[in-house]
Amino acid sequence: MLTPSICLMDVEAPRLAAAALPGQFLIVRARPEGERIPLTICDYDRAKGTVTIVTQIIGASSRMICALEEGECLTDVVGPLGCPSDFVSEPAEALHGRRFLFVAGGLGTAPVYPQAKYLHERGALVDIVVGAKTADLLILQEEMASVCDHLYVCTDDGSAGHHGLVTEKVKLLLAEGHGYDQAVAIGPMIMMKFVTLTLKETGIPLVVSLNTIMVDGTGMCGCCRITVGGRVRFACVEGPEFNAYEVDFDEALRRQTMYRPQEQEADHKCKIGRG
Amino acid sequence: MAEKIGRVPVREQDPAVRAHNFEEVCYGYNEEEALLEASRCLSCRNPRCVEHCPVGISIPSFIAEVKAGRFAEAAGVIARDSSLPAVCGRVCPQETQCEGSCILGVKGEPVAIGKLERFVADWSRAHGGVPVEKAPSNGLKVAVVGSGPSGLACASDLAKLGYEVTIFEVLHKAGGVLQYGIPEFRLPKERVVEPEIDSVRALGVRIETNVVVGRTVTIDDLLDREGFSAVFVGSGAGLPRFMGIPGESLNGVLSANEFLTRSNLMKAYAPESDTPIFVGRRVAVVGGGNVAMDAARTALRLGSEVTIVYRRTEKELPARAEEVHHAREEGIEFRMLTNPVEILGDEKGWVTGLRCIRMELGEPDASGRRSPVPVPGSEFEIPVDEVIMALGTSPNPLIAKTTQGLETERHGCIVADEAGATSRPGVFAGGDAVTGAATVILALGAGRRAAAAIDAYLRSH
Repeated sequence: MLTPSICLMDVEAPRLAAAALPGQFLIVRARPEGERIPLTICDYDRAKGTVTIVTQIIGASSRMICALEEGECLTDVVGPLGCPSDFVSEPAEALHGRRFLFVAGGLGTAPVYPQAKYLHERGALVDIVVGAKTADLLILQEEMASVCDHLYVCTDDGSAGHHGLVTEKVKLLLAEGHGYDQAVAIGPMIMMKFVTLTLKETGIPLVVSLNTIMVDGTGMCGCCRITVGGRVRFACVEGPEFNAYEVDFDEALRRQTMYRPQEQEADHKCKIGRG
Repeated sequence: MAEKIGRVPVREQDPAVRAHNFEEVCYGYNEEEALLEASRCLSCRNPRCVEHCPVGISIPSFIAEVKAGRFAEAAGVIARDSSLPAVCGRVCPQETQCEGSCILGVKGEPVAIGKLERFVADWSRAHGGVPVEKAPSNGLKVAVVGSGPSGLACASDLAKLGYEVTIFEVLHKAGGVLQYGIPEFRLPKERVVEPEIDSVRALGVRIETNVVVGRTVTIDDLLDREGFSAVFVGSGAGLPRFMGIPGESLNGVLSANEFLTRSNLMKAYAPESDTPIFVGRRVAVVGGGNVAMDAARTALRLGSEVTIVYRRTEKELPARAEEVHHAREEGIEFRMLTNPVEILGDEKGWVTGLRCIRMELGEPDASGRRSPVPVPGSEFEIPVDEVIMALGTSPNPLIAKTTQGLETERHGCIVADEAGATSRPGVFAGGDAVTGAATVILALGAGRRAAAAIDAYLRSH
């Protein structure tokens, strides 16, 4: 456990570990009757054949995943799913010296890690702003520090780093004269919306990774659909990363609530929802 | 004598009862009923039913065995041409195929070929199945992408010929559309689908679930690095279509694929399942195919009041006649010649209604089909809190996108010849991935033809 509510585990999945790239995700089921839960890939070790996943307890299914002990098995693990980050298709020399700003919120720290690591290894300049409610909820601090040039921490209550929101820290950095060629924001949908609003004026290209509702994660169900640039897109196969300035965040936020009544009642088993 | 008895009715669950459960609707024939129904077959010398069966099952021959009470022999006759008779007996559109061409149907009712096929398959399964001959292993590995009807058929034929076959399935359960698409009340999973898949496994076929071909491994990896000599792509047509009308992103608008996957694959209707499902008080299902009927009847069983909205007339409904009949019996309302123009929502973004326009059939178009045209000024609203779109599906582009030299046409279907050969040597394809959404039996036939073509290809290489 990284915090009382967030756990990290290495999962043995050789084919998946061999194929995973930054930006992609996977789906797990914790038991035969379990839901398919999309999770971001935090790291992968091709030699050991393992992938690292980070899960936060937010409901019945994530609690089940976090309750697994070392040596136990998930019922299913499938991936990698989704498209790798765009920069993966660029040659290393094109990335060398490029200035990246990552904004990570809460659990969004996990998927930022492999991206920052990939870029840092190829000589990109990487700054990361990490936000959490309190110091206790900050995760992977040492790992993050090891794959970037500057790590800036923000907490809502001031218990660590900057006292305030990540958007404020981003504004401060820009005001101090930090320049960036590209930005990536991953975290709660509402945070990504406000980072997008914050950076809009600057002209810095911004990519967000959308954590929509999914069932199969392979393009079959369409419940992950979102509007990007006025077009309906499937986050699972066309994303999860999109140009932030084209995303309809209000719709995405609303669509995330589709199964909320059922999710909230999942613990006392009344999951057939009424509109 | 044959004309004297009418078609033997099949026993079914009472509509009022089955509207509240997921048990199979149709009980099928017992031995006595099967013998009686089989006695109606005229054993035509030039059987039109065989011509109209996509896989050419020797229908009069298997029925002759049933007449004689030799059910195991009947199963053997069917097994020569079909590897999924218990499935096809339940889901084939018999009225447009074998039964639609039965000579008895000219003046009366055709022989219930589908029900007899189902009887034989169920009897055979309960009595140990059809013994199969399997050639000794030839050491050649063939990969099959997708464990739906075409993949299962292709894999079992190749295994019988001695190939070492591995099926890669993206979902956590094998069966493809049989598992995620067709509901329990029409095609029981534990009793029918799983034994059919087990019989493919019994031939030595390996099924690896949770493998996304195109992501976890590519077809190039399978051929170049994992030692497979050929690949069959039977990845189906799983991508749902939407209408592109305003309001489709409101909360409460779903694809039939989502709704059915939650219910069928994830068993969201069962209390022990963790997967949630959204059930409206009043649901509109848009479309007229089998998937629309399945979604409508699933919603009904979960407690919704359901209306099917279809832009043509009853005559054009593409669904199996039996499903339409069952849906009506169960209390589903049909609104024909009706097309949605907008989905209405409240200020919080949840569905409140479906705005539709009335249609009329216009002049026949180039294909001879009368296409529906809107009646100006005839818009009206149906109050609903959930809309399920069942407008058809397209092939998933992932495999074509990640395989070098694999040609597709403009709808995303893989280009393959009659035998399944694609533009890439060693890669064959069949089923919905090639044709777009069609039927189980057509996919099965394509899988079998491809197996023969793969065998010929590997023998000559």
